[in-house]
Amino acid sequence: MTAGCRYDPASETDQVIAAVLAGMSKPGQRGIIVDSPPGAGKTTLVVRAATELAASGESCIIVAQTNNQVDDLTTRLARQDQGLHLGRLSATDYIPPAGLLALPAVTVATRIDDLGSAHVILATAAKWATVKDRSWGWAIIDEAYQMRSDMLLLIAARFDRALLVGDPGQLDPFSIIETPRWIGLPYDPMQNAVTVLQAHNPDLPVHRLPVSWRLPASAAPVVSSAFYPFSGFRPATTPGDRHLEFAAAGIRSSADAALDVAARSGWALHELPARHTTRTDGEAADAAASLAARLLTRRAVGTCERHPAGRPLGPQNIAIGVAHRDQADQIRQALANSPAPTAEMIRVDTANRLQGAEFDVTIVLHPLSGRSDATAFHLEAGRLCVLASRHRHACIIVARAGIADILDAHPSDEPIHLGVRAKFPDGWEANHALLAHLSNHRIPAP
Amino acid sequence: MTSADSRLDRLRGSTPPLSHTARTVAALTANPGCARRALMDAAGADKAVIAAHVGFPQASGASQSPFALARGAIFETQVKTGGGADLIRLLRDRLRLALPEVSYSDLESVGGNTDRDVRYQRTRALLLRAARHPDQAGTLYDHPLLKLQVGGHLAYLEPDVVAFQIGGKFHVIEIKSFAVIDGQADEESVAAAAMQAAAYILALQDLLTAESLPTGAVSTDAILVTPENFSRQATATFIDVRKQVSTLRRQLARMTRIDLLLDALPAGLTFDLAPEPDGNPSRSPGDLAGALEAVPARYQPRCLQTCELAGFCRDEARAAGALTVLGSVVRDDLGGLDSISTALALASGSREPSADQADIARALRHARNLSNTLSGGAA
Amino acid sequence: MTLLTSLARLEAAASGRARPLSQVRHRRLAGQPLVIIPLTLAGDPDTPVAAMTGTSRADQHLLAVPQPRDRDLRLGFLTGLAQIVLGYIASRQHATEVLPATRNHEERRRYADAPQILVPNRAARDYLGLLGRSTRFQRTDGPFPVDPAVPALGKWLTFFADSADQPGSALLADLTSLLAEHWASGQSPLEDASLAAQLAWIDPPPGMTGLQAALATEDPLRCPPAGPATDPGFDQAILEPLVRNYDRAAQAGSQAGTDRAAAEITSALRGQLEPTWNAVGDAMSLLRALPETAGAARRWATDRDSFTRFSSYIGDGGLPQPRRDHAATAAARLDRLERAQAAYDAERALEDPFILAELRTAGEAFAGEVVSAQPSRTTTTTAGRTILRPRFTVRTDDPVRIEPGRVLICPTRPGQRIRIADLPRTGTDAEVVLEVIQGMGTPAKPKPGAVPPLGELVSYTIDPGYWAQRDFPPVDQTPWTHGGPPVRQRADQAEEPQS
Repeated sequence: MTAGCRYDPASETDQVIAAVLAGMSKPGQRGIIVDSPPGAGKTTLVVRAATELAASGESCIIVAQTNNQVDDLTTRLARQDQGLHLGRLSATDYIPPAGLLALPAVTVATRIDDLGSAHVILATAAKWATVKDRSWGWAIIDEAYQMRSDMLLLIAARFDRALLVGDPGQLDPFSIIETPRWIGLPYDPMQNAVTVLQAHNPDLPVHRLPVSWRLPASAAPVVSSAFYPFSGFRPATTPGDRHLEFAAAGIRSSADAALDVAARSGWALHELPARHTTRTDGEAADAAASLAARLLTRRAVGTCERHPAGRPLGPQNIAIGVAHRDQADQIRQALANSPAPTAEMIRVDTANRLQGAEFDVTIVLHPLSGRSDATAFHLEAGRLCVLASRHRHACIIVARAGIADILDAHPSDEPIHLGVRAKFPDGWEANHALLAHLSNHRIPAP
Repeated sequence: MTSADSRLDRLRGSTPPLSHTARTVAALTANPGCARRALMDAAGADKAVIAAHVGFPQASGASQSPFALARGAIFETQVKTGGGADLIRLLRDRLRLALPEVSYSDLESVGGNTDRDVRYQRTRALLLRAARHPDQAGTLYDHPLLKLQVGGHLAYLEPDVVAFQIGGKFHVIEIKSFAVIDGQADEESVAAAAMQAAAYILALQDLLTAESLPTGAVSTDAILVTPENFSRQATATFIDVRKQVSTLRRQLARMTRIDLLLDALPAGLTFDLAPEPDGNPSRSPGDLAGALEAVPARYQPRCLQTCELAGFCRDEARAAGALTVLGSVVRDDLGGLDSISTALALASGSREPSADQADIARALRHARNLSNTLSGGAA
Repeated sequence: MTLLTSLARLEAAASGRARPLSQVRHRRLAGQPLVIIPLTLAGDPDTPVAAMTGTSRADQHLLAVPQPRDRDLRLGFLTGLAQIVLGYIASRQHATEVLPATRNHEERRRYADAPQILVPNRAARDYLGLLGRSTRFQRTDGPFPVDPAVPALGKWLTFFADSADQPGSALLADLTSLLAEHWASGQSPLEDASLAAQLAWIDPPPGMTGLQAALATEDPLRCPPAGPATDPGFDQAILEPLVRNYDRAAQAGSQAGTDRAAAEITSALRGQLEPTWNAVGDAMSLLRALPETAGAARRWATDRDSFTRFSSYIGDGGLPQPRRDHAATAAARLDRLERAQAAYDAERALEDPFILAELRTAGEAFAGEVVSAQPSRTTTTTAGRTILRPRFTVRTDDPVRIEPGRVLICPTRPGQRIRIADLPRTGTDAEVVLEVIQGMGTPAKPKPGAVPPLGELVSYTIDPGYWAQRDFPPVDQTPWTHGGPPVRQRADQAEEPQS
């Protein structure tokens, strides 16, 4: 990569990819699992695996969890190999984005029979669940840890062998139903697909992509030790490789002080006075919106390996992450009222919807902010991991003071179920670790 | 003895500190944010007696049903019959543990001596020898006695059984009489058992650490022995208690920071019942209640299931019109407000909200309007 | 967000009496439900000690086990309970109705009625499930044979317990949950688990506030717990000595002695159960006074379908339900539960003004006045067709938190789907621009009334969408990912009973 990097991230990643592809090319294991920490090149792996399969004459399908993911993979695959004919299988109410329709080698259709000549067919798992009586040699399943195991059950007959790629540190799939009926069963339908697959096929090889290409050197060690305690990963870049600067100097405000700290160190904790609030904390929403808008107003510029000459940040390079939809809605309203003209184009979304996305700078409303106590939902490590691992330059957390007290007073009395291994990272530990790190980058806001 | 310990002793008063069991140690994690409970537990005060004296005896829960006690005792005896032969068979069959040769060592009395300290010393000697010679045959230790530092005092803890030499590790074995049915058991019972196992594991770890032996020799997979399905046959299951061990360690470490809470107390405060020679308390209930009120509590409805003092704290919270008596859902919905009357006044508009309260006040007034429309529309 | 319910709790706490919540019942209350109030020894599900049952206040029956550890006595209890439950079920299998053939189904019959079991609280509901599990595998032959009614009881109880998990089902319901939908007490939901305490808040005795009455119910001497666990104080002071008397008489071989002891035990248990029996009756009266929704009748029809199917299954000699679901059955069940929950939530929002209002407090529904309309608005599809897409604007001061683009439904216009086209706000007001995307007709034949007239007050909530049923593979085609087809287990495998 660059001088000063003690290891070669590209070659380390390539080695793992080569091992995965080698495993796919020989007969034997029906499944291969690849754990991919944030920004580790999962999509690159999926695209390479698909092109290799197509090149060797193997029929293959790609399964992703959302339409956005399917479209993104289709576009990347089309760009990688113009010779490949791709089929994008979709539901009847799906409207393909213009960019996709413009690709010459892509056919969009709602029935599998209309995609007969495609080398690779892509669709969401939900759509694949409606396909009957056809099967392919290989399925590549993207975001496999975010797919529920009942979905895997529905599509398993569509393939002989599968490559499952996903991030074990992110959010688990969930259900609106709460029942203990299946807890502890190896095929618990509410569990994620990879865990269930492994419970029945414990000898499947597990590879790990070793490097995050997204997270800066200031973030990779923090995220790795807090959220990936047993596997870990390293950054692709060194501290000198990325810079965030502002064309306009800051004014004397805590928001600008937070932005300066974030630009310098990659993190900032913009800390509001301690208070118990409802979920839709207006002051916190305004703070998050202001921070995001200030990035635009101060004309932030990001320099990195992709943009060595520096690139001014536009609203599409910034995102605000929250735990609840109504918080996202409130912050969107705040952005709409912002003096910065393009601020309302900044994406605001929940952790669920931000999975897989990447931005230059993220603002995060801490899930525990303003609460009087923690619950399993708000402590969930996967949620915090997603929120804290979307950025390439810096992440600014907005939180009311008092989270340390919430953690300190937490009873940690979650129920235990037989037949279920303790899940790591522990939500409490992950929160504690991240907060400890952020306390070194704290800017109190009056 | 530290100054905190002597202050805690004064706080408790003239009675000796309560003996801790693994159950009470596990209960320490129930409400860490409550200063009143933290101080009373650290001091070893008897919350049940104090609660009764201030007029809030715990209803029934404190005295377990004689049938439940009998059931537990019968099952434990049944599991341990024949010098643990049945237990060993169970461990081999159900948990596939390779136990080529196991001996049995009963530590309930040492040559007829049941003194706790004697039993503890013997337990310690045997366990340390086993730890230093892992290649020797395995042993089941029945009624071992361990020690754990809890706040300012050393608690004697007595696990049901500790087994050794399963992969060179000590395993805590807990015998409980709730059933495992088709591989599932009541989640709260299992959680309680897990936390108790964690207490024993900590005690074992401390034993080894004091002798500079590696704590890795203590397995964090406890073994739960319970009736299976609807028969009286026993089954054994591993439970992974790593999280419970780290939580309990953290809570015990927290107890050593009790100075901060003690500093906040008025001078001379005590929970002493000041018993007369005949045992009757001479402290007036009102006075004792005043002492309790001098220490802030953190009542939530869950306390009714986990703390003997809950009735008193609930009454106190109600008298103060605290929102928390209505439960966590109400508290979350009204985040930021802590008084029932404030919330109602904001909802009716009879009170002007402060800047902080503007958002929730608007939401409450909106809700009140909707509620009025609903009831207005009813016939 | 449950702000209306929370506000009601605040008001209840302040006023000393429970406050009403939803004023309509979403679940059928049968004309003659079977009430079962079980008691087990110290909460041990393996040792039932009594059950009070009945289909009306006048028809009360008490079954008791004088020595709960005696296997024969326990079996007698189970057989007696089985006869009551099976007899009740049979009484619901008289009348049938004919459902005419439709496009998807041929003509079929189903029972015009169905059994309904009511229990005091959630723990009693769970206990019936456990009882079903412990009895459905018992053998009628072999070394410890039982009366065939016992495994039959087990299969039926398991059927009821499984049905109770289904959102909206009324075959087995517990009264504390039903009451909590309609009244907010001034205490916490944890304390509401006591039926007596809830009733105390709803209808305190004259001269007492709800709080005082509820606190009085916490004294087990004045108000025995509703079970299934017996009060430990009662166990210690009364039951255990009486059971010892029974044992002594049995050991002495005295029939008169055991009879006398048994009568005393039965009488003591009656004393523990009767207050709950009365409370159950009071709760049922309160619930009957509320009107039932159309959805309740629809779901009762679904319940009757389910009852009819299971009756056939049993009639054909159906084996006991397996101990644990297989992979495919688990996944299929989860799918059913999720679809039922989504449908239940949406139906209730449309049929219950309280629930719609509560959604409005959370921003997940809104109501307001129609301030402008374009009923003849059209657009052109990508295929070049001209379609009707009427728009209208609703001004509301509800805190709308629905994103533009989401699809909505309207309580007064079922069959219509509307999308939010735009959501501009000024201060606390919003002028929601809505577009009708289904139910508006065509440009040639527009549907009248598709767009509400100016000035009308309308309300909308989020459309749950259509959850298509998923086709899971049959169990014998379980894929390798989930361990392949399960090894065939003897479905009627009994276990060594407690002796």
